[in-house]
Amino acid sequence: MDTTVHLPGLTLKNPIIPASGTFGYGLEFARYGDLRRLGAICVKGLSLKPREGNPMPRIAETPCGMLNSIGLQNVGVDVFLQKKLPFLPPEVPIIANLYAQSPEEFAELAGILGAKERIAALEVNVSCPNVRLGGVQFGQDPEALHTVTRAVVAAAQGKPVIVKLSPNVTDITAMARAAEAAGATMLSLINTLTGMAVDIRTRAPRLATGTGGLSGPAIKPVALRMVHAVCRAVSIPVIGMGGIVSAEDVLEFILVGASAVQVGTASFMRPDRVFSLVDEVQALAEDLGISAWEEFRGTLKETPR
Amino acid sequence: MNTIQLTIQAVTPGPDPSIVDLALAPAPWKPKPGQFVMLRPANFGQELTWGRPFSIYRCDEAGLRVVFQVIGRGTERLAALRPGDAVTVWGPLGRGFQTKPETPTLFLAGGIGLAAFGLFAEEPFRLPHAQLLFGHRLPLTAYPIYHEMAQRIPCEAMRQTSSADIEAFSEELSRRIKALGPEGLVLCCGPTPMLRAVARLCLEHGVPGQVSLENRMGCGVGVCLGCVATTASGERVQTCVHGPVFDVRALTWD
Ligand SMILES: Cc1cc2nc3c(=O)[nH]c(=O)nc-3n(C[C@H](O)[C@H](O)[C@H](O)COP(=O)(O)OP(=O)(O)OC[C@H]3O[C@@H](n4cnc5c(N)ncnc54)[C@H](O)[C@@H]3O)c2cc1C
Ligand SMILES: Cc1cc2nc3c(=O)[nH]c(=O)nc-3n(C[C@H](O)[C@H](O)[C@H](O)COP(=O)(O)O)c2cc1C
Ligand code: FES
Repeated sequence: MDTTVHLPGLTLKNPIIPASGTFGYGLEFARYGDLRRLGAICVKGLSLKPREGNPMPRIAETPCGMLNSIGLQNVGVDVFLQKKLPFLPPEVPIIANLYAQSPEEFAELAGILGAKERIAALEVNVSCPNVRLGGVQFGQDPEALHTVTRAVVAAAQGKPVIVKLSPNVTDITAMARAAEAAGATMLSLINTLTGMAVDIRTRAPRLATGTGGLSGPAIKPVALRMVHAVCRAVSIPVIGMGGIVSAEDVLEFILVGASAVQVGTASFMRPDRVFSLVDEVQALAEDLGISAWEEFRGTLKETPR
Repeated sequence: MNTIQLTIQAVTPGPDPSIVDLALAPAPWKPKPGQFVMLRPANFGQELTWGRPFSIYRCDEAGLRVVFQVIGRGTERLAALRPGDAVTVWGPLGRGFQTKPETPTLFLAGGIGLAAFGLFAEEPFRLPHAQLLFGHRLPLTAYPIYHEMAQRIPCEAMRQTSSADIEAFSEELSRRIKALGPEGLVLCCGPTPMLRAVARLCLEHGVPGQVSLENRMGCGVGVCLGCVATTASGERVQTCVHGPVFDVRALTWD
Protein backbone atom coordinates (compact mmCIF):
# COMPACT_ATOMS: atom_id res chain seq x y z
CA MET A 1 0.00 0.00 0.00
CA ASP A 2 0.98 3.63 -0.30
CA THR A 3 1.58 4.68 3.30
CA THR A 4 1.90 8.40 2.50
CA VAL A 5 0.00 10.78 4.75
CA HIS A 6 -1.00 14.14 3.26
CA LEU A 7 -1.41 16.82 5.89
CA PRO A 8 -1.89 20.53 5.20
CA GLY A 9 1.57 21.78 4.24
CA LEU A 10 3.24 18.59 5.38
CA THR A 11 3.64 15.25 3.61
CA LEU A 12 4.77 12.19 5.55
CA LYS A 13 6.13 8.97 3.98
CA ASN A 14 4.25 7.08 6.65
CA PRO A 15 2.27 7.94 9.76
CA ILE A 16 5.07 7.25 12.29
CA ILE A 17 6.61 10.26 14.08
CA PRO A 18 8.81 9.93 17.17
CA ALA A 19 7.29 12.12 19.91
CA SER A 20 8.92 15.19 21.39
CA GLY A 21 11.15 14.56 24.39
CA THR A 22 11.61 10.89 23.66
CA PHE A 23 13.84 11.14 20.59
CA GLY A 24 16.31 13.84 21.59
CA TYR A 25 17.28 15.96 18.60
CA GLY A 26 17.04 12.89 16.34
CA LEU A 27 20.80 12.48 15.90
CA GLU A 28 21.02 10.29 19.00
CA PHE A 29 19.09 7.61 17.10
CA ALA A 30 21.17 7.59 13.92
CA ARG A 31 23.02 4.54 15.24
CA TYR A 32 19.76 2.68 15.87
CA GLY A 33 18.05 3.09 12.52
CA ASP A 34 17.74 5.07 9.28
CA LEU A 35 16.22 8.42 10.23
CA ARG A 36 15.12 9.00 6.63
CA ARG A 37 12.57 6.19 6.93
CA LEU A 38 10.48 8.02 9.53
CA GLY A 39 7.34 9.97 8.68
CA ALA A 40 8.86 12.98 10.44
CA ILE A 41 10.91 13.68 13.55
CA CYS A 42 9.55 15.77 16.39
CA VAL A 43 12.48 17.10 18.41
CA LYS A 44 12.79 17.82 22.13
CA GLY A 45 10.90 20.91 23.31
CA LEU A 46 12.93 24.04 22.48
CA SER A 47 12.95 27.31 24.36
CA LEU A 48 14.55 30.66 23.49
CA LYS A 49 17.27 30.16 26.10
CA PRO A 50 18.79 26.85 27.26
CA ARG A 51 17.00 25.35 30.28
CA GLU A 52 18.50 23.07 32.88
CA GLY A 53 15.20 21.49 33.92
CA ASN A 54 13.97 20.27 37.29
CA PRO A 55 15.98 18.73 40.13
CA MET A 56 16.69 14.99 40.30
CA PRO A 57 15.18 12.43 40.56
CA ARG A 58 12.95 13.24 37.65
CA ILE A 59 11.91 9.88 36.22
CA ALA A 60 10.10 7.00 37.92
CA GLU A 61 8.96 3.72 36.41
CA THR A 62 5.32 2.85 37.10
CA PRO A 63 3.25 -0.15 35.97
CA CYS A 64 3.05 -0.10 32.15
CA GLY A 65 4.54 3.38 32.00
CA MET A 66 6.62 6.05 33.64
CA LEU A 67 6.43 9.45 35.24
CA ASN A 68 8.72 12.28 34.21
CA SER A 69 9.34 15.74 35.55
CA ILE A 70 12.26 16.68 33.29
CA GLY A 71 11.05 20.27 33.15
CA LEU A 72 12.06 20.85 29.53
CA GLN A 73 15.82 20.69 29.86
CA ASN A 74 17.03 21.68 26.39
CA VAL A 75 19.97 23.26 24.58
CA GLY A 76 17.99 26.31 23.51
CA VAL A 77 16.96 27.30 20.00
CA ASP A 78 20.35 28.78 18.96
CA VAL A 79 22.38 25.66 19.73
CA PHE A 80 19.68 23.53 18.11
CA LEU A 81 19.86 25.53 14.88
CA GLN A 82 23.67 25.59 14.79
CA LYS A 83 24.68 22.21 16.15
CA LYS A 84 21.77 19.81 15.61
CA LEU A 85 19.50 20.76 12.72
CA PRO A 86 22.20 20.91 9.99
CA PHE A 87 23.14 17.29 10.72
CA LEU A 88 19.67 15.81 10.33
CA PRO A 89 19.10 14.10 6.94
CA PRO A 90 17.24 16.41 4.51
CA GLU A 91 14.88 13.58 3.49
CA VAL A 92 12.97 13.62 6.78
CA PRO A 93 10.62 16.45 7.79
CA ILE A 94 11.58 18.05 11.10
CA ILE A 95 8.90 19.24 13.48
CA ALA A 96 10.13 21.74 16.06
CA ASN A 97 8.40 21.49 19.44
CA LEU A 98 8.14 24.93 21.08
CA TYR A 99 8.03 25.79 24.72
CA ALA A 100 7.76 29.32 26.10
CA GLN A 101 6.28 31.09 29.09
CA SER A 102 4.32 33.90 27.42
CA PRO A 103 2.53 34.49 24.10
CA GLU A 104 5.25 37.00 23.17
CA GLU A 105 8.00 34.46 23.76
CA PHE A 106 6.05 31.83 21.84
CA ALA A 107 5.76 34.25 18.91
CA GLU A 108 9.46 35.07 18.98
CA LEU A 109 10.38 31.38 18.99
CA ALA A 110 7.88 30.64 16.21
CA GLY A 111 9.38 33.45 14.14
CA ILE A 112 12.91 32.11 14.50
CA LEU A 113 12.00 28.49 13.77
CA GLY A 114 9.36 29.21 11.13
CA ALA A 115 11.94 31.10 9.07
CA LYS A 116 14.17 28.03 8.77
CA GLU A 117 13.72 26.10 5.58
CA ARG A 118 14.59 22.80 7.25
CA ILE A 119 11.75 23.11 9.77
CA ALA A 120 8.65 21.52 8.26
CA ALA A 121 6.17 22.39 11.01
CA LEU A 122 5.90 23.85 14.49
CA GLU A 123 4.34 21.96 17.38
CA VAL A 124 3.28 24.16 20.28
CA ASN A 125 3.63 22.60 23.70
CA VAL A 126 1.02 24.38 25.77
CA SER A 127 0.60 21.39 27.97
CA CYS A 128 3.79 20.57 29.78
CA PRO A 129 2.65 19.80 33.32
CA ASN A 130 6.16 20.23 34.66
CA VAL A 131 6.51 23.93 34.12
CA ARG A 132 4.00 26.44 35.34
CA LEU A 133 3.75 30.16 35.28
CA GLY A 134 1.24 32.24 37.17
CA GLY A 135 -0.77 29.17 38.16
CA VAL A 136 -2.63 28.30 34.95
CA GLN A 137 -1.10 26.43 32.10
CA PHE A 138 -1.99 27.77 28.66
CA GLY A 139 -3.33 24.35 27.83
CA GLN A 140 -5.93 24.42 30.59
CA ASP A 141 -7.74 27.59 29.65
CA PRO A 142 -9.46 27.98 26.25
CA GLU A 143 -8.88 31.72 26.13
CA ALA A 144 -5.19 31.50 26.98
CA LEU A 145 -4.84 28.71 24.44
CA HIS A 146 -6.54 30.85 21.81
CA THR A 147 -4.14 33.72 22.50
CA VAL A 148 -1.01 31.58 22.30
CA THR A 149 -2.19 29.79 19.18
CA ARG A 150 -2.94 33.08 17.41
CA ALA A 151 0.46 34.45 18.36
CA VAL A 152 2.28 31.39 17.01
CA VAL A 153 0.23 31.18 13.81
CA ALA A 154 0.86 34.86 13.08
CA ALA A 155 4.61 34.44 13.56
CA ALA A 156 5.07 31.04 11.91
CA GLN A 157 5.98 32.36 8.42
CA GLY A 158 3.31 30.17 6.86
CA LYS A 159 4.59 26.94 8.40
CA PRO A 160 1.92 24.49 9.62
CA VAL A 161 1.20 24.94 13.32
CA ILE A 162 0.36 21.87 15.37
CA VAL A 163 -1.13 22.62 18.78
CA LYS A 164 -0.36 19.85 21.26
CA LEU A 165 -3.16 19.42 23.75
CA SER A 166 -2.99 18.54 27.41
CA PRO A 167 -5.20 15.76 28.73
CA ASN A 168 -5.29 17.41 32.15
CA VAL A 169 -8.55 19.23 31.50
CA THR A 170 -12.25 18.55 32.07
CA ASP A 171 -13.21 18.84 28.41
CA ILE A 172 -10.46 18.42 25.86
CA THR A 173 -12.83 19.12 22.97
CA ALA A 174 -13.28 22.69 24.24
CA MET A 175 -9.50 23.14 24.01
CA ALA A 176 -9.46 21.56 20.56
CA ARG A 177 -12.12 23.96 19.31
CA ALA A 178 -10.32 26.94 20.79
CA ALA A 179 -7.10 26.00 18.99
CA GLU A 180 -8.95 25.37 15.73
CA ALA A 181 -10.74 28.71 15.98
CA ALA A 182 -7.42 30.46 16.56
CA GLY A 183 -6.04 29.09 13.30
CA ALA A 184 -4.16 25.93 14.28
CA THR A 185 -3.34 23.84 11.20
CA MET A 186 -3.48 20.57 13.12
CA LEU A 187 -3.75 19.22 16.64
CA SER A 188 -1.69 16.61 18.42
CA LEU A 189 -2.68 14.78 21.59
CA ILE A 190 -2.19 13.66 24.24
CA ASN A 191 0.66 15.04 26.27
CA THR A 192 1.33 13.29 29.58
CA LEU A 193 -1.28 12.89 32.35
CA THR A 194 -0.32 14.38 35.69
CA GLY A 195 0.45 11.64 38.20
CA MET A 196 2.39 10.78 41.32
CA ALA A 197 4.44 7.95 42.83
CA VAL A 198 5.49 7.72 46.46
CA ASP A 199 7.79 5.53 48.54
CA ILE A 200 6.28 4.18 51.77
CA ARG A 201 9.71 3.43 53.21
CA THR A 202 11.23 6.87 52.81
CA ARG A 203 7.75 8.49 52.95
CA ALA A 204 8.88 10.74 50.11
CA PRO A 205 7.61 11.25 46.57
CA ARG A 206 9.66 9.42 43.94
CA LEU A 207 10.09 12.59 41.88
CA ALA A 208 11.79 15.68 43.29
CA THR A 209 8.93 17.84 42.02
CA GLY A 210 6.32 15.62 43.73
CA THR A 211 4.22 15.11 40.62
CA GLY A 212 5.11 14.35 37.02
CA GLY A 213 3.68 13.37 33.66
CA LEU A 214 2.52 9.80 33.06
CA SER A 215 3.23 8.21 29.68
CA GLY A 216 3.42 4.72 28.18
CA PRO A 217 0.88 1.92 27.61
CA ALA A 218 -0.88 2.82 30.89
CA ILE A 219 -2.36 5.95 29.27
CA LYS A 220 -3.43 4.46 25.95
CA PRO A 221 -7.14 3.98 26.71
CA VAL A 222 -7.39 7.59 27.92
CA ALA A 223 -5.51 8.83 24.87
CA LEU A 224 -7.69 6.83 22.50
CA ARG A 225 -10.87 8.19 24.08
CA MET A 226 -9.60 11.76 23.76
CA VAL A 227 -8.36 11.40 20.18
CA HIS A 228 -11.73 9.91 19.24
CA ALA A 229 -13.62 12.77 20.85
CA VAL A 230 -11.39 15.50 19.39
CA CYS A 231 -11.56 14.03 15.87
CA ARG A 232 -15.34 14.42 16.01
CA ALA A 233 -15.18 17.92 17.46
CA VAL A 234 -12.91 19.58 14.89
CA SER A 235 -12.34 19.45 11.15
CA ILE A 236 -8.55 19.89 11.15
CA PRO A 237 -6.26 16.82 11.12
CA VAL A 238 -5.29 15.19 14.40
CA ILE A 239 -2.02 13.46 15.29
CA GLY A 240 -2.70 10.86 17.97
CA MET A 241 -0.38 9.65 20.67
CA GLY A 242 -0.24 8.15 24.13
CA GLY A 243 1.01 4.67 24.93
CA ILE A 244 1.59 3.46 21.40
CA VAL A 245 3.98 0.48 21.39
CA SER A 246 2.72 -1.76 18.57
CA ALA A 247 1.40 -1.66 15.01
CA GLU A 248 -2.05 -2.56 16.38
CA ASP A 249 -1.91 0.51 18.61
CA VAL A 250 -1.09 2.71 15.61
CA LEU A 251 -4.06 1.40 13.63
CA GLU A 252 -6.35 1.87 16.64
CA PHE A 253 -5.55 5.59 16.70
CA ILE A 254 -6.08 5.86 12.94
CA LEU A 255 -9.37 3.97 13.25
CA VAL A 256 -10.73 6.52 15.72
CA GLY A 257 -9.74 9.33 13.40
CA ALA A 258 -6.05 10.22 13.73
CA SER A 259 -4.19 11.07 10.51
CA ALA A 260 -0.78 10.19 11.91
CA VAL A 261 0.69 9.16 15.25
CA GLN A 262 3.57 9.97 17.52
CA VAL A 263 5.44 7.33 19.43
CA GLY A 264 7.13 8.31 22.70
CA THR A 265 7.88 6.06 25.62
CA ALA A 266 8.09 3.00 23.34
CA SER A 267 11.52 4.28 22.24
CA PHE A 268 12.73 3.67 25.79
CA MET A 269 11.63 0.03 25.58
CA ARG A 270 14.11 -0.36 22.73
CA PRO A 271 15.75 2.45 20.78
CA ASP A 272 14.99 0.99 17.35
CA ARG A 273 11.26 0.73 18.01
CA VAL A 274 10.04 3.58 15.77
CA PHE A 275 12.01 2.16 12.87
CA SER A 276 10.57 -1.35 13.16
CA LEU A 277 7.07 0.11 13.59
CA VAL A 278 7.27 1.69 10.12
CA ASP A 279 7.46 -1.77 8.53
CA GLU A 280 5.09 -3.44 10.95
CA VAL A 281 2.36 -0.85 10.42
CA GLN A 282 2.54 -1.23 6.65
CA ALA A 283 2.46 -5.04 6.91
CA LEU A 284 -0.50 -5.00 9.29
CA ALA A 285 -2.45 -2.52 7.15
CA GLU A 286 -1.88 -4.69 4.09
CA ASP A 287 -2.98 -7.76 6.06
CA LEU A 288 -6.21 -5.97 6.84
CA GLY A 289 -6.67 -5.20 3.15
CA ILE A 290 -6.18 -1.45 3.51
CA SER A 291 -4.83 0.19 0.34
CA ALA A 292 -4.95 3.84 1.42
CA TRP A 293 -5.34 5.45 4.81
CA GLU A 294 -8.50 7.30 3.73
CA GLU A 295 -10.31 3.95 3.54
CA PHE A 296 -9.64 3.23 7.15
CA ARG A 297 -9.24 6.50 9.00
CA GLY A 298 -12.15 7.37 11.29
CA THR A 299 -14.23 4.38 10.21
CA LEU A 300 -14.94 3.19 13.75
CA LYS A 301 -18.41 1.70 14.08
CA GLU A 302 -20.37 3.29 16.84
CA THR A 303 -21.64 0.10 18.44
CA PRO A 304 -19.72 -3.03 19.44
CA ARG A 305 -20.32 -6.12 17.38
CA MET B 1 22.45 -2.05 14.12
CA ASN B 2 23.09 -1.48 17.80
CA THR B 3 19.91 -3.01 19.16
CA ILE B 4 20.16 -6.77 19.07
CA GLN B 5 18.24 -9.79 20.22
CA LEU B 6 20.39 -12.25 22.19
CA THR B 7 19.43 -15.57 23.69
CA ILE B 8 20.31 -16.58 27.20
CA GLN B 9 23.01 -19.23 27.43
CA ALA B 10 23.04 -19.62 31.20
CA VAL B 11 21.68 -17.99 34.34
CA THR B 12 23.94 -18.88 37.23
CA PRO B 13 23.03 -17.79 40.73
CA GLY B 14 26.07 -17.68 43.00
CA PRO B 15 26.43 -19.27 46.44
CA ASP B 16 24.37 -16.27 47.53
CA PRO B 17 21.41 -16.43 45.12
CA SER B 18 21.08 -12.64 45.06
CA ILE B 19 24.22 -12.40 42.91
CA VAL B 20 23.53 -13.75 39.43
CA ASP B 21 25.88 -14.38 36.53
CA LEU B 22 24.05 -13.97 33.22
CA ALA B 23 25.60 -15.42 30.07
CA LEU B 24 24.13 -14.33 26.75
CA ALA B 25 24.99 -15.29 23.18
CA PRO B 26 27.97 -13.43 21.67
CA ALA B 27 27.46 -9.79 20.70
CA PRO B 28 29.33 -8.34 17.68
CA TRP B 29 30.89 -5.57 19.79
CA LYS B 30 34.28 -4.48 21.06
CA PRO B 31 33.40 -2.70 24.29
CA LYS B 32 35.87 -0.88 26.54
CA PRO B 33 36.11 -1.30 30.31
CA GLY B 34 33.46 0.79 32.05
CA GLN B 35 30.99 0.66 29.17
CA PHE B 36 27.58 -0.86 29.74
CA VAL B 37 24.58 -2.42 28.02
CA MET B 38 20.85 -2.01 28.47
CA LEU B 39 18.97 -5.30 28.86
CA ARG B 40 15.25 -5.77 28.36
CA PRO B 41 14.11 -9.39 28.44
CA ALA B 42 10.82 -10.47 26.84
CA ASN B 43 9.41 -11.22 30.30
CA PHE B 44 9.27 -7.49 31.12
CA GLY B 45 6.16 -7.50 28.89
CA GLN B 46 4.54 -4.07 28.92
CA GLU B 47 4.58 -3.86 32.68
CA LEU B 48 8.21 -2.85 33.03
CA THR B 49 9.00 0.07 30.80
CA TRP B 50 12.74 0.63 30.77
CA GLY B 51 15.63 -1.64 30.02
CA ARG B 52 18.12 -2.03 32.86
CA PRO B 53 21.76 -0.90 32.66
CA PHE B 54 24.59 -3.32 33.50
CA SER B 55 28.34 -3.15 33.19
CA ILE B 56 29.83 -5.39 30.55
CA TYR B 57 31.76 -7.95 32.55
CA ARG B 58 32.93 -9.92 29.53
CA CYS B 59 32.29 -9.71 25.80
CA ASP B 60 34.02 -12.17 23.50
CA GLU B 61 33.45 -15.22 21.25
CA ALA B 62 32.12 -17.09 24.28
CA GLY B 63 29.36 -14.55 24.75
CA LEU B 64 28.26 -11.41 26.56
CA ARG B 65 28.32 -11.65 30.35
CA VAL B 66 26.87 -9.38 32.99
CA VAL B 67 26.83 -10.00 36.72
CA PHE B 68 24.09 -8.45 38.79
CA GLN B 69 22.54 -8.24 42.20
CA VAL B 70 18.82 -8.86 42.55
CA ILE B 71 17.34 -5.72 44.11
CA GLY B 72 13.94 -5.15 42.53
CA ARG B 73 11.39 -6.16 39.96
CA GLY B 74 13.63 -5.89 36.90
CA THR B 75 16.53 -7.84 38.32
CA GLU B 76 14.06 -10.42 39.71
CA ARG B 77 12.75 -11.02 36.21
CA LEU B 78 16.26 -11.20 34.79
CA ALA B 79 17.15 -13.79 37.43
CA ALA B 80 14.09 -15.84 36.41
CA LEU B 81 15.25 -16.18 32.79
CA ARG B 82 16.06 -19.61 31.36
CA PRO B 83 18.47 -20.69 28.62
CA GLY B 84 16.96 -19.92 25.22
CA ASP B 85 14.94 -16.92 26.45
CA ALA B 86 15.25 -13.73 24.38
CA VAL B 87 16.71 -10.48 25.64
CA THR B 88 16.80 -7.19 23.75
CA VAL B 89 20.23 -5.65 24.24
CA TRP B 90 21.51 -2.24 23.18
CA GLY B 91 25.04 -1.06 23.50
CA PRO B 92 27.89 -0.80 24.06
CA LEU B 93 26.94 2.42 25.78
CA GLY B 94 28.66 5.34 27.45
CA ARG B 95 32.24 6.38 27.97
CA GLY B 96 34.40 3.96 29.85
CA PHE B 97 37.55 4.38 31.94
CA GLN B 98 40.52 6.24 30.41
CA THR B 99 43.74 4.45 31.32
CA LYS B 100 47.41 4.30 30.30
CA PRO B 101 49.46 1.10 30.54
CA GLU B 102 52.40 2.76 32.32
CA THR B 103 50.30 4.42 35.05
CA PRO B 104 50.05 2.75 38.47
CA THR B 105 46.30 2.22 38.68
CA LEU B 106 44.14 1.43 41.68
CA PHE B 107 40.74 -0.13 41.04
CA LEU B 108 38.35 0.46 43.92
CA ALA B 109 35.25 -1.71 43.78
CA GLY B 110 32.29 -1.69 46.14
CA GLY B 111 29.86 -4.62 46.07
CA ILE B 112 28.54 -5.52 42.65
CA GLY B 113 30.45 -2.50 41.26
CA LEU B 114 33.21 -5.09 40.94
CA ALA B 115 31.70 -6.21 37.62
CA ALA B 116 32.69 -2.89 36.00
CA PHE B 117 36.36 -3.95 36.19
CA GLY B 118 35.83 -7.33 34.50
CA LEU B 119 37.24 -6.31 31.11
CA PHE B 120 40.52 -5.22 32.75
CA ALA B 121 41.21 -8.93 33.29
CA GLU B 122 41.09 -9.43 29.51
CA GLU B 123 43.36 -8.48 26.64
CA PRO B 124 43.92 -5.86 25.32
CA PHE B 125 42.86 -4.06 28.50
CA ARG B 126 45.12 -5.66 31.13
CA LEU B 127 47.25 -3.07 32.91
CA PRO B 128 50.70 -4.10 34.13
CA HIS B 129 50.63 -1.82 37.19
CA ALA B 130 47.09 -2.28 38.44
CA GLN B 131 45.74 -3.44 41.78
CA LEU B 132 42.19 -3.95 42.93
CA LEU B 133 40.71 -3.34 46.36
CA PHE B 134 37.25 -4.78 46.88
CA GLY B 135 34.90 -3.68 49.67
CA HIS B 136 31.97 -6.02 50.20
CA ARG B 137 29.16 -6.72 52.65
CA LEU B 138 28.17 -10.26 51.61
CA PRO B 139 30.77 -12.98 52.27
CA LEU B 140 33.51 -13.02 49.62
CA THR B 141 32.26 -16.39 48.38
CA ALA B 142 29.11 -14.59 47.15
CA TYR B 143 31.25 -13.06 44.37
CA PRO B 144 32.63 -15.87 42.19
CA ILE B 145 33.86 -13.21 39.74
CA TYR B 146 36.23 -11.90 42.42
CA HIS B 147 38.14 -15.16 42.32
CA GLU B 148 38.03 -15.17 38.52
CA MET B 149 39.46 -11.66 38.37
CA ALA B 150 42.04 -12.35 41.09
CA GLN B 151 43.78 -14.77 38.73
CA ARG B 152 44.58 -11.87 36.39
CA ILE B 153 44.68 -8.78 38.60
CA PRO B 154 46.33 -8.48 42.05
CA CYS B 155 43.24 -8.29 44.26
CA GLU B 156 42.54 -7.71 47.94
CA ALA B 157 39.20 -7.73 49.67
CA MET B 158 37.84 -6.17 52.87
CA ARG B 159 34.46 -7.11 54.26
CA GLN B 160 32.20 -4.60 55.99
CA THR B 161 29.59 -5.92 58.36
CA SER B 162 29.84 -3.35 61.14
CA SER B 163 30.38 0.39 61.39
CA ALA B 164 33.90 -0.35 62.65
CA ASP B 165 34.55 -2.26 59.38
CA ILE B 166 33.24 0.64 57.35
CA GLU B 167 35.53 2.99 59.28
CA ALA B 168 38.49 0.67 58.65
CA PHE B 169 37.65 0.49 54.94
CA SER B 170 37.49 4.25 54.55
CA GLU B 171 40.82 4.57 56.35
CA GLU B 172 42.27 2.03 53.97
CA LEU B 173 40.90 3.94 50.99
CA SER B 174 42.45 7.12 52.30
CA ARG B 175 45.82 5.46 52.95
CA ARG B 176 45.92 3.85 49.50
CA ILE B 177 44.91 6.96 47.59
CA LYS B 178 47.46 9.08 49.47
CA ALA B 179 50.19 6.48 48.87
CA LEU B 180 49.37 6.30 45.16
CA GLY B 181 50.03 10.02 44.69
CA PRO B 182 49.55 12.34 41.70
CA GLU B 183 51.40 10.04 39.28
CA GLY B 184 48.85 7.31 39.81
CA LEU B 185 45.21 6.83 38.82
CA VAL B 186 42.19 5.76 40.86
CA LEU B 187 39.18 4.14 39.19
CA CYS B 188 36.10 3.55 41.33
CA CYS B 189 32.76 1.81 40.90
CA GLY B 190 30.46 1.14 43.82
CA PRO B 191 27.66 2.60 45.92
CA THR B 192 27.25 6.39 45.83
CA PRO B 193 28.64 7.05 49.35
CA MET B 194 31.81 5.24 48.32
CA LEU B 195 32.09 7.20 45.06
CA ARG B 196 31.70 10.40 47.01
CA ALA B 197 34.33 9.45 49.58
CA VAL B 198 36.78 8.36 46.89
CA ALA B 199 36.20 11.51 44.84
CA ARG B 200 36.85 13.69 47.90
CA LEU B 201 40.05 11.82 48.71
CA CYS B 202 41.32 12.08 45.14
CA LEU B 203 40.64 15.81 45.06
CA GLU B 204 42.18 16.33 48.49
CA HIS B 205 45.39 14.47 47.65
CA GLY B 206 45.65 15.62 44.04
CA VAL B 207 45.35 12.08 42.71
CA PRO B 208 43.70 11.68 39.29
CA GLY B 209 40.46 9.76 39.73
CA GLN B 210 37.54 8.50 37.69
CA VAL B 211 34.25 7.23 39.10
CA SER B 212 31.46 5.28 37.46
CA LEU B 213 28.00 6.60 38.40
CA GLU B 214 25.02 4.28 38.71
CA ASN B 215 22.20 6.75 38.11
CA ARG B 216 18.75 5.41 37.33
CA MET B 217 18.32 5.23 33.56
CA GLY B 218 15.25 5.39 31.36
CA CYS B 219 16.65 5.07 27.85
CA GLY B 220 20.43 4.62 27.98
CA VAL B 221 20.84 6.66 24.80
CA GLY B 222 20.82 10.26 26.01
CA VAL B 223 17.27 11.35 25.30
CA CYS B 224 15.02 10.90 28.35
CA LEU B 225 17.21 13.22 30.45
CA GLY B 226 16.38 11.20 33.54
CA CYS B 227 19.97 10.23 34.38
CA VAL B 228 21.68 13.63 34.47
CA ALA B 229 24.61 14.51 36.71
CA THR B 230 25.68 18.06 37.52
CA THR B 231 29.12 19.02 36.28
CA ALA B 232 31.57 21.27 38.11
CA SER B 233 30.47 24.11 35.81
CA GLY B 234 26.83 23.57 36.80
CA GLU B 235 25.74 21.95 33.55
CA ARG B 236 23.44 18.92 33.61
CA VAL B 237 24.75 16.12 31.43
CA GLN B 238 23.40 12.67 30.65
CA THR B 239 25.26 10.01 32.61
CA CYS B 240 24.47 7.41 29.95
CA VAL B 241 26.38 9.22 27.19
CA HIS B 242 28.81 11.60 28.92
CA GLY B 243 29.49 8.93 31.57
CA PRO B 244 28.90 6.63 33.31
CA VAL B 245 32.61 7.20 34.02
CA PHE B 246 33.54 10.76 34.96
CA ASP B 247 36.77 12.40 36.03
CA VAL B 248 36.24 13.36 39.70
CA ARG B 249 37.11 16.97 38.83
CA ALA B 250 34.34 17.14 36.24
CA LEU B 251 31.49 16.78 38.75
CA THR B 252 30.16 18.64 41.78
CA TRP B 253 30.34 16.64 44.98
CA ASP B 254 28.14 18.59 47.43
C1 LIG C 1 26.01 2.23 34.06
C2 LIG C 1 25.43 1.29 35.08
C3 LIG C 1 26.00 0.05 35.25
C4 LIG C 1 25.47 -0.84 36.18
N1 LIG C 1 26.03 -2.06 36.32
C5 LIG C 1 25.53 -2.94 37.18
C6 LIG C 1 26.10 -4.25 37.31
O1 LIG C 1 27.05 -4.61 36.60
N2 LIG C 1 25.54 -5.10 38.20
C7 LIG C 1 24.46 -4.74 38.97
O2 LIG C 1 23.99 -5.54 39.76
N3 LIG C 1 23.90 -3.52 38.87
C8 LIG C 1 24.40 -2.61 38.00
N4 LIG C 1 23.80 -1.38 37.88
C9 LIG C 1 22.61 -1.08 38.67
C10 LIG C 1 21.40 -1.76 38.05
O3 LIG C 1 21.13 -1.18 36.80
C11 LIG C 1 20.16 -1.61 38.97
O4 LIG C 1 20.41 -2.31 40.15
C12 LIG C 1 18.92 -2.19 38.30
O5 LIG C 1 18.54 -1.38 37.22
C13 LIG C 1 17.78 -2.28 39.28
O6 LIG C 1 16.64 -2.73 38.62
P1 LIG C 1 15.39 -3.35 39.38
O7 LIG C 1 14.25 -3.27 38.46
O8 LIG C 1 15.73 -4.68 39.91
O9 LIG C 1 15.20 -2.37 40.59
P2 LIG C 1 14.00 -1.34 40.78
O10 LIG C 1 12.75 -2.13 41.06
O11 LIG C 1 14.00 -0.38 39.67
O12 LIG C 1 14.51 -0.64 42.08
C14 LIG C 1 14.68 -1.31 43.31
C15 LIG C 1 15.14 -0.30 44.32
O13 LIG C 1 16.40 0.22 43.99
C16 LIG C 1 16.33 1.60 43.72
N5 LIG C 1 17.14 1.84 42.55
C17 LIG C 1 17.04 1.21 41.34
N6 LIG C 1 17.97 1.63 40.50
C18 LIG C 1 18.66 2.57 41.16
C19 LIG C 1 19.73 3.40 40.83
N7 LIG C 1 20.32 3.34 39.63
N8 LIG C 1 20.19 4.27 41.75
C20 LIG C 1 19.60 4.34 42.95
N9 LIG C 1 18.59 3.57 43.33
C21 LIG C 1 18.12 2.70 42.46
C22 LIG C 1 14.89 1.89 43.48
O14 LIG C 1 14.53 3.21 43.83
C23 LIG C 1 14.21 0.88 44.39
O15 LIG C 1 14.17 1.33 45.72
C24 LIG C 1 24.33 -0.47 36.96
C25 LIG C 1 23.75 0.78 36.77
C26 LIG C 1 24.28 1.66 35.85
C27 LIG C 1 23.65 2.99 35.65
C1 LIG D 1 10.85 11.89 29.20
C2 LIG D 1 9.77 12.59 28.42
C3 LIG D 1 10.00 13.91 27.96
C4 LIG D 1 9.02 14.59 27.25
N1 LIG D 1 9.27 15.85 26.78
C5 LIG D 1 8.33 16.51 26.04
C6 LIG D 1 8.61 17.79 25.47
O1 LIG D 1 9.70 18.34 25.60
N2 LIG D 1 7.62 18.41 24.77
C7 LIG D 1 6.40 17.82 24.56
O2 LIG D 1 5.53 18.41 23.91
N3 LIG D 1 6.13 16.58 25.06
C8 LIG D 1 7.06 15.92 25.78
N4 LIG D 1 6.78 14.65 26.27
C9 LIG D 1 5.46 14.04 26.01
C10 LIG D 1 5.49 13.08 24.81
O3 LIG D 1 5.84 13.75 23.63
C11 LIG D 1 4.13 12.37 24.64
O4 LIG D 1 3.14 13.36 24.44
C12 LIG D 1 3.73 11.53 25.83
O5 LIG D 1 4.86 10.90 26.39
C13 LIG D 1 2.67 10.49 25.51
O6 LIG D 1 3.11 9.57 24.53
P1 LIG D 1 3.77 8.12 24.88
O7 LIG D 1 2.86 7.43 25.85
O8 LIG D 1 3.93 7.44 23.57
O9 LIG D 1 5.08 8.43 25.52
C14 LIG D 1 7.76 13.96 27.00
C15 LIG D 1 7.56 12.64 27.44
C16 LIG D 1 8.54 11.95 28.13
C17 LIG D 1 8.27 10.55 28.58
S1 FES E 1 19.08 7.24 30.55
FE1 FES E 1 17.88 8.49 29.30
S2 FES E 1 19.19 10.21 29.07
FE2 FES E 1 20.42 8.85 30.15
